[in-house]
Amino acid sequence: MTEMVYGAAPAAAGDPILPRWWRTVDKLTMTCILLLFGIGLLLGLAASPPLAARNGLEPFYYVQRQAFFGILALIVMFVTSMMSPNLIRRLGVLGFVAAFVALALLPVLGTDFGKGATRWYSLGFASVQPSEFLKPGFIVLSAWMMAASQEINGPPGKMLSFGVAITVVGFLAMQPDFGQAALVLFSWGIIYFVAGAPFLLLVGMAGVTVLAGTFAYHNSEHFARRIDGFLSPDLDPRTQLGYAANAIREGGFFGVGVGEGQVKQSLPDAHTDFIIAVAAEEYGLALVLVIIALYAAIVVRSLFRLMRERDTFTRLAGTGLACVFAVQAMINMGVAVRLLPAKGMTLPFVSYGGSSIIAGGILVGMMLALTRTRPQGEIADLIGRRS
Amino acid sequence: MIRTPLRPLARILDAREKGENPDAIERENIRKRHEAQRDQTRQRAEGRLLILAAMFFVAFGTVGARMGLMAASQPFEPSVASSGQTILAQRADITDRNGRVLATNLATHALYAHPPHMVDKARAAEELSKIFPDLNPQKLLADFTGKRKFLWIKKKLSPEQMQAVHDIGDPGLLFGPREMRLYPNGKLAAHVLGGAGFGREGVSSAEVIGVAGVEHAFNDFLRDPVNGGAPLQLSLDLTVQDAVEQVLYGGMRMMNAKGAAAVLMDAHTGELLALASLPDFDPNDRPRPLTEGDAADSPLFNRAVQGLYELGSTYKIFTAAQAMELGLVNAETMVDANAPMKWGKHKIKEFRNKNYGPKLSVTDVIVKSSNVGTARMALSIGANRQQDFLRELGLFSPAPVELAEAPGVQPKYPTRWRDIHTITASYGHGVSASPLHLAAAYATVANGGWRVQPTLLAGQGMQRDERVISQATSEAARHMLRQVVARGTASFGDVPGYAVGGKTGTADKPRPQGGGYYDDKVMATFASIFPAHAPKYVLIVTLDEPVETSGAQPRRTAGWTAVPVAAEIIRRTAPLLGLRPEIEPASKFEVTRASN
Repeated sequence: MTEMVYGAAPAAAGDPILPRWWRTVDKLTMTCILLLFGIGLLLGLAASPPLAARNGLEPFYYVQRQAFFGILALIVMFVTSMMSPNLIRRLGVLGFVAAFVALALLPVLGTDFGKGATRWYSLGFASVQPSEFLKPGFIVLSAWMMAASQEINGPPGKMLSFGVAITVVGFLAMQPDFGQAALVLFSWGIIYFVAGAPFLLLVGMAGVTVLAGTFAYHNSEHFARRIDGFLSPDLDPRTQLGYAANAIREGGFFGVGVGEGQVKQSLPDAHTDFIIAVAAEEYGLALVLVIIALYAAIVVRSLFRLMRERDTFTRLAGTGLACVFAVQAMINMGVAVRLLPAKGMTLPFVSYGGSSIIAGGILVGMMLALTRTRPQGEIADLIGRRS
Repeated sequence: MIRTPLRPLARILDAREKGENPDAIERENIRKRHEAQRDQTRQRAEGRLLILAAMFFVAFGTVGARMGLMAASQPFEPSVASSGQTILAQRADITDRNGRVLATNLATHALYAHPPHMVDKARAAEELSKIFPDLNPQKLLADFTGKRKFLWIKKKLSPEQMQAVHDIGDPGLLFGPREMRLYPNGKLAAHVLGGAGFGREGVSSAEVIGVAGVEHAFNDFLRDPVNGGAPLQLSLDLTVQDAVEQVLYGGMRMMNAKGAAAVLMDAHTGELLALASLPDFDPNDRPRPLTEGDAADSPLFNRAVQGLYELGSTYKIFTAAQAMELGLVNAETMVDANAPMKWGKHKIKEFRNKNYGPKLSVTDVIVKSSNVGTARMALSIGANRQQDFLRELGLFSPAPVELAEAPGVQPKYPTRWRDIHTITASYGHGVSASPLHLAAAYATVANGGWRVQPTLLAGQGMQRDERVISQATSEAARHMLRQVVARGTASFGDVPGYAVGGKTGTADKPRPQGGGYYDDKVMATFASIFPAHAPKYVLIVTLDEPVETSGAQPRRTAGWTAVPVAAEIIRRTAPLLGLRPEIEPASKFEVTRASN
């Protein structure tokens, strides 16, 4: 009655945030991501105790850390996924600038942990790899520039974003971190592709890639040895790849049993780059197929949702994020099954790694934010404003 | 009918006329263009997103399928992965003409180490040096503790050594199977066989490649899988070769020679039944080639094939044979043998300044080995015809025998051939060839005039494709050679029942630097054929710097040195070769006796 008499209380600009988020967010994708995180913890229970023992720590040290950082990452993901595309764009660009500065300062302030490549900042309790945080920011920036270039009288965003991409790749290659450099270049290419790259140019770029690969093969012994090792039909079983392949064979369809696997004893990267081998050995093909299906579902579902999206920036940024997420997973697993040459790359959300899982949380959070259901002007279409 | 203006400008003009604001129309136009463009890009993006989704789906599907395939396959024991192409270790045996093994393979092991896998490096180095006294424990330990991840320790192990290394029990010491080349007869026919070594080496096998002799010459044949492991059959006869080497060695010691060579050749087929060069070596443990000094001083040097010597008076029979072939003389023609003979500023003398003249029959020129008589015949033959004849006998070109060393042995002869060279070449000076060359030339002279190419392969058969001299000339020459043994310089060469014929040759050795010849160093050669009336075999024996010291004065002529050695070889080998001793047909020699 009060309302009838005094009029309704002034409504808020929108719905309450949480209900609206719950209504519009892609719950399937979110479920998949939570499942992946759970599987990651489960595998960490198996894969990391030998490493902890080697480093003289208590057996589940790495699992606890992973759980802590994982929950942190999930919070970051939820918060990010509640943002609007505009906010994502602003924060993403700012984040990119911050990460880029961090990246540029690496040669001065970074540490190499004795691995020969300066990629990390040591914060004492954890190490941070700026390139992990750079990727989502870079994708947002590129998508923004490309979207802007599609406006009438817009800036030359394609060239600008390409320039940024090359700069970032240059910095990454200096570390050297060719894996992340390739990912950055790949994400830019995907965005450009969706933004309407001419097919002729794509063919040309494929040609240039082949040429560059050939050049690298003939000029870099390190690179050539990896390719030779990949092409050779025989696999030296004393290499990481050999152990991984054997672990997958040992596992069979249903695995050797929880905790019974051997590969984690012999592989130094069992908890990061070769976590899939641990999964295959202990839980068998069944769990591996579940993991693959989860990744495939996340990317395919996100891409389908983005197909409906009419806002150019949202579409481009969402695509870039989904693809870079998926391709990382694919490279990781493709290496383990020798579909791809050896390249160290973590399995997002499953592999152990503090800063990488938080960066993953940001990335996935942005992706979720951009794939939320939004009015797409269908009503305007129905009304026929657009004739 | 209401017409919609086609162009925006028309609409704007229209609006201006009506007093409306044209900017609104402008904005409307831009908005429409924008929307149209957005629709277009969205449609294109939809298609491309679909492509991306399909690609990712397929890619993940592939990874999953591959995982499934790998999970379904059987795990395998970690084993050493072979890198690169496999190395074929097989190598065919080499046998003599009767199938007796001259070279074969023996399975053995090579020892190598993986220092990262070693448990107790210091103990391993210590124990290894006990097993192999030639290894230095400090150096081994330095290798083990250094950065190396792989090193060869020994290329061949005996079974006892292998067991001893097993007993060390270190997992970083590993064995690689090997085929090693084995010459079960030791030094026998060492120069013919040559030797073999390892080529490319891998952990699981190693190439065995020939380094000299027939092993090198037939390397590709021996390694060719097409032959199915069929052995290479040489023309050598193991027993005969052994007898030749034994006698030659005894002869070399007895005559105080520093080296010796013998060639026993089938006069008709050119097959070599024995080819010996002393000093020799064991091809199982081939010595290193000399890095300085004269290569001919190394035991690796094959004097019978590689040694180019002025073979002296053995060449006289070629001069006599050619003169008879050309019809210039016959066996009984008397030629001027008055010594010394003056030719320009040169003086042609006989051995020890004798004078066999004033006239000698051609037979006696050979029997007494008259330099002057031979020189006179050579001058009547002429330089060009003489060179052509020597070339036809194969004395001017490398011998076409199947040895790795043979093609590089180019006989030496003067490039500007003057009359003095015609004279000296007629008795074997100023031109040099190997004993093998001489054997082939003697075979040609003795076998009825057919050209002979030396060969080391069994079953080559008669080589009757090119005639060098006539049957009659060959018979006359054989007759002369028999006379040399029967009553001439090679009287020690007579072996009862085998009618040996031959010609001695004692050539002063040339000084290595500068011109001139040594006074007291000779190359003594006996070139023989047996049986002389129907020659089956040619035997060349060459002694390097022999001295026979049983007399009051040291004797160096071939008649005192090479001839007895050759006679002993014939005495030993003729029965082995299946020759029956026979009494010579007496009638053949009555005529010559009368003329003596």
